[in-house]
Amino acid sequence: MMKLACTLWFEFFKIGLFAVGGGPATLPFLMDLTKTHDWFTMTQLTNMIAISESTPGPLGLNMATYAGVETMGIWGGLIASLGLVTPSVIIIMLIAVFLKNFNDNPIVKSAMFGIKPAVCGIIAAAVLDLFVASLYIDNQLIIPSVIIAVIIFIMLQVKVFNKVHPFFWFAASAAAAIVFKL
Amino acid sequence: MLPMLKYELVEKKKWIDEETLLECYAIGQCTPGIIAVNTATFVGFRRKGFWGGIFATLGMVTPSLVIITVIAMILQNFMDYPVVQHGLVGIRGAVCALMLNTVINLGRKSLNKPVTWALCAGMFLLAVFTPVPTIIMVVAAALLGIIYNKLPGGML
Repeated sequence: MMKLACTLWFEFFKIGLFAVGGGPATLPFLMDLTKTHDWFTMTQLTNMIAISESTPGPLGLNMATYAGVETMGIWGGLIASLGLVTPSVIIIMLIAVFLKNFNDNPIVKSAMFGIKPAVCGIIAAAVLDLFVASLYIDNQLIIPSVIIAVIIFIMLQVKVFNKVHPFFWFAASAAAAIVFKL
Repeated sequence: MLPMLKYELVEKKKWIDEETLLECYAIGQCTPGIIAVNTATFVGFRRKGFWGGIFATLGMVTPSLVIITVIAMILQNFMDYPVVQHGLVGIRGAVCALMLNTVINLGRKSLNKPVTWALCAGMFLLAVFTPVPTIIMVVAAALLGIIYNKLPGGML
């Protein structure tokens, strides 16, 4: 129990230390966790994303809390979210004390120049993984999910729908799937 | 997140001025971790030192912790119901669409030069076809960025 708590905290500490770019950037790390630990599955991860996008609060923090709860209940949620924010607290305070003009520092600028596009590629790979895990289950293409994904993606390209809260999409697609018994 | 921070911290509480908030937010984006948390820690630290940073962070964490824990605990009891399983078939499709949209928007913002496209494509292939841990890729990307900008003609 104690050992699991320490591992959980440390894994989320690592995510907090290396996920640059906010919430979506934690996704590839969470996927790594489904492979290195038996804490939660890719299917559970999809549910976590849906809930985390539908509720208030930062996406990354919500996903970490959810992952923690799936791993070891109420305490797991607390441990995972505190693990995630520990590096932030340390790094931000160090910067506030020692590094004036952090953002204008040439080393920081050029490191971010490399990190931003790389993180984009890494997240794209994670999303591809997510597609396979949620649309292709037990060697079978889940046609209803694919159709819903395509419809929503096309609608999202229209400006009006871009502002719609994610919860609406989840509620509408769940309702459609329930009504039509997909 | 930024408009809400501005309203609460700058206009209502007058804890910091807008310029400082924007600076905190910019640094929050360039440091590892959740941007909103980084900004909160920074603002708290500026205002009240070490404990200010700690309490601002805990304040940011608390709502997520309570809401998500309650929902997760409730949902665990209903997961096996057929109606929930049907609903999840729809939700999984929606999640895919939204995440794809997120990646595309991210790409629009961060891919502007051929070299950034190359880096993005390289990391994508690495992530899909090799078991290289994500941490290594992020560190390598930072180093590549630094090296690239040291090269002649690689100035930002």
